[in-house]
Amino acid sequence: MLLSETTTTGFLELVPWIVFFPAIGLLLNIIFGRRWGELGVAITAVSASALSLAVSVLQFITLRAGHGEALTYQFAEWLRIGSFQIPWEFRVDTLSVTMMLVVSGVGTLIHLYAVGYMHFDVRYKGDPKAYARFFIYMNLFIAMMMILVSGNSYLMLFVGWEGVGLCSFLLIGFWFTKNPNGTEGTENSYAAKKAFIANRVGDFGFLMAMFLTFWHFGTLSFSEIFPEVAHYSGPDSLIWWITGLMLLGVTGKSAQIPLYVWLPDAMAGPTPVSALIHAATMVTAGVYLIARSAPVFNAVEGAHLMVALVGAATALFAATIAVGQFDIKKVLAYSTVSQLGFMVAAVGMGAYVAGMFHLVTHAFFKALLFLASGSVILAVERGHHPLEETGDAPTGGAHGHDSHHDDHSEIFDPQDMRNMGGLRKKIPWTFWTYMAGTLALAGIVPFAGFWSKDEILLDASHFELTSVVYWLLVIAAAFTAFYMGRQVWMVFFGEPRHHAAKEAKESPWTILVPLVILALLATFGGFMNWPFEQGLEPHAFGHWLGYTLEASTGHELHIPEFSFSVAIQSTLIAVAAIVLSWFIYGRKPMKAGETDPLQKALGPVFKGMNAKWWVDEFYQAVFLTPYEKLAKFLSQTVDWNFWHDWFHEKGIRDNFQRLANFLANPIDLGVIDKISTLLARGAQNSGSLLSKLQTGFVRNYALAVFTGVVVILGYLILLR
Amino acid sequence: MVPIEYYVGLSAVLFTIGALGVLTRRNAIIIFMSIELMLNSANLLFIAFARMYENLGGQIFVFFVMTVAAAEVAVGLALIVAVFRTKETINIDEASTLKG
Amino acid sequence: MDANLIVFLIMAVVAVGSALGMLLNRNAVYSALFLILNFATVAVFYIILGAPFIAMTQVTVYAGAIMVLFLFVIMLLGAEELAGGRVSIDWQKPAAVVLGLLLFAELFVVIFFRETVFSEFGETAIIGTPREIGLTLFNDYLLPFEITAFLLLAAMIGAIVIARRVRHKPNKQES
Repeated sequence: MLLSETTTTGFLELVPWIVFFPAIGLLLNIIFGRRWGELGVAITAVSASALSLAVSVLQFITLRAGHGEALTYQFAEWLRIGSFQIPWEFRVDTLSVTMMLVVSGVGTLIHLYAVGYMHFDVRYKGDPKAYARFFIYMNLFIAMMMILVSGNSYLMLFVGWEGVGLCSFLLIGFWFTKNPNGTEGTENSYAAKKAFIANRVGDFGFLMAMFLTFWHFGTLSFSEIFPEVAHYSGPDSLIWWITGLMLLGVTGKSAQIPLYVWLPDAMAGPTPVSALIHAATMVTAGVYLIARSAPVFNAVEGAHLMVALVGAATALFAATIAVGQFDIKKVLAYSTVSQLGFMVAAVGMGAYVAGMFHLVTHAFFKALLFLASGSVILAVERGHHPLEETGDAPTGGAHGHDSHHDDHSEIFDPQDMRNMGGLRKKIPWTFWTYMAGTLALAGIVPFAGFWSKDEILLDASHFELTSVVYWLLVIAAAFTAFYMGRQVWMVFFGEPRHHAAKEAKESPWTILVPLVILALLATFGGFMNWPFEQGLEPHAFGHWLGYTLEASTGHELHIPEFSFSVAIQSTLIAVAAIVLSWFIYGRKPMKAGETDPLQKALGPVFKGMNAKWWVDEFYQAVFLTPYEKLAKFLSQTVDWNFWHDWFHEKGIRDNFQRLANFLANPIDLGVIDKISTLLARGAQNSGSLLSKLQTGFVRNYALAVFTGVVVILGYLILLR
Repeated sequence: MVPIEYYVGLSAVLFTIGALGVLTRRNAIIIFMSIELMLNSANLLFIAFARMYENLGGQIFVFFVMTVAAAEVAVGLALIVAVFRTKETINIDEASTLKG
Repeated sequence: MDANLIVFLIMAVVAVGSALGMLLNRNAVYSALFLILNFATVAVFYIILGAPFIAMTQVTVYAGAIMVLFLFVIMLLGAEELAGGRVSIDWQKPAAVVLGLLLFAELFVVIFFRETVFSEFGETAIIGTPREIGLTLFNDYLLPFEITAFLLLAAMIGAIVIARRVRHKPNKQES
């Protein structure tokens, strides 16, 4: 139809608008935000995100019409240093469009969710004016993420990389005067700082990788590097270094071992932030980077092994920690780290399609889970002290009070699962959507997570280099199912363990609508990469990505055959894990004040799980404390005591004063004054001496004249 | 004729005596007279050499010297008279206010 | 020993003697008179040396005018004797005598141990008669002659001004 008649570059010129719609949105909110009030801010922000989605869809259509051929669109000149050029160039190919759709699609849903959620949150935190600021930051994030995924060079990607890091910092520390549990303090800002610094370490790696790339290849543009790398003939060690350093950057941004420690702390930010940034989009930037750099990673065999092992190890490690957490969002945070491990392992092994597929499905169900958990937290909080202005009627009981007289004599953590229980009756919509997300994450057929996780496991089982990766991932999948089951039994089943859970209220429609949409995506989204020949279009997603991957790597995409044994194995393990969790948590639900049954069973192991295996404490002791000591030493001892006090004050200033005194007193007064006094006295003395010649007697003067005559005459005589 | 050395010698003697007078005597008038004696001795020498070189210029010069001497004596004595009016003495050692 | 020499010696002794007399005499009038004698002998020398006009001028001007002036002033001031002479400078006289002797010694050396040889006096000379003096004076030396006139004028005025008796005018004072 009309689509096929459009030229291949149909809507390409519109591509800069994926960045500029959110940018304009945030500028409007900066200028007019206060004046427009919540409704105006919300409309601006959501429409900005939605328009960015619309343009992304148009790019998708363009690519479909052009059969997936990669397009580049130079928007502006940026750097030009001699022959080195980095323009601001947009790359529209299947990989970047996939990311664009995920970011803007999930992003728009989360913006819509945040409209309702932040309405409550700013009132609970006591700062209604912060509403506009939140959406400014969110739009900025969308803009930056779009720059990241649409760049045609490593440097453009890095601009977006840094930008989303900044937005992450701003949004994690959104309530920077408070602690995560709502009290006044600095923990939120500390978490934001931790995120930024951990990311910085990763960025250092990424930068080094870029420098090496530029040094060898002379360019940073994708269009130029990948063809060259495809027939790379240089030393292996260079590729090792590039991929290794890039992996460091990925561990920072995508929260792998060893730099994942910021992500659980990042839960201090509002829930929409956790959903958008720390589940669906920003943390997937690392996976995108590896998928984009496929030709580089393919150049050396060992690179695959390195990345895959890191990913698999992280997957299992984080999953074990998730088992021992009591905070509903912390469970999801460690789950995210674990799932990112799955993705990194996948793309590390070379299974780029599987990794990206899981990225997309994970975006659906993890965002859903985070948003739903936000709904749960909100419900519990509203049960704790209802807000009058939202029409919550104060219920009976001693704890009924309005928002103006908050009685904070008890510290109530609305995120602690031990305060919840039996919520499925109170907040049914939230419950059912949460279930959809859980089943998807656990990998139960036919939910989306099953298809993507299964594909990863399939590729892992075919991985030639080692089978360790496969077994690590399988065990991690088991843990995943277990902790999600634990969470569901603890939160939604049993009896409420706190009055707040008893009074929990269902959230408004602005919150529920995105949940429902995401639940539908989480349920049916897996069919985009249907692995069978019959039925739906087979491997649609795989073929879609294949356009880009084949073009960049130079060889054909290998799509493994669907293996029933792997699928059945993984499903059985997941079901077994859920049943186990039911045995422990579902059959005899926990009562208020009871300790976790697993704690009783495993004792110190559970303690380790709960304490995140003491990784943060380890980092503190090994890196942070010595560094602080060194900084203090340098500033106090070296700079202040030595350099300032001793060197400058004692050394330079005092000695200079001594020198000045020396010059002034002994030399100036003593010597020079004496000389001048001596001269004066000498003149005086000789003067008084000579004045004796002036006797006043004329006869003496005549004698003098006469003496002169005699002398001259004598001289003349003697000279003859 | 007497050799000219005798005249030169005589002139020298007269000149020395005149110089001694200037240096030694305290009476201002005597000092003046000694100065006249010195001038006279020079005149004698002029005339002697004028005779020897047969040049009348010497004699003319003596004529002028005498004129100048006369003028000088006039003024000098006027000075002495003026000084005597204030100091009541012609002892030149009294006129030592320029001392120091 | 011819007559020239004898006359010269006699006149020389008189000249020197009168000079010494002038020098050593305590009375100023006697010193003046001795000086007049000296001038007279020098005039004789002038005549011997062929300068009669100058000799007459010497006697007229020097001995006649200048010395008379001297005597006038001596009489006027009553300065025959110095009133109470305290000798202020002890070392003046010995130093003067020493220097005088030194000078005489030097002059002696100059006169008698020199290399240049003076020529002899000529037999006949151009005598300085008034006519000759006049011719030379008013032809070759006219300018100095005129200037000398000015000099005398200045000296005259100067002498009158210096020796004038100053009348004290009453001081003008504010009442």
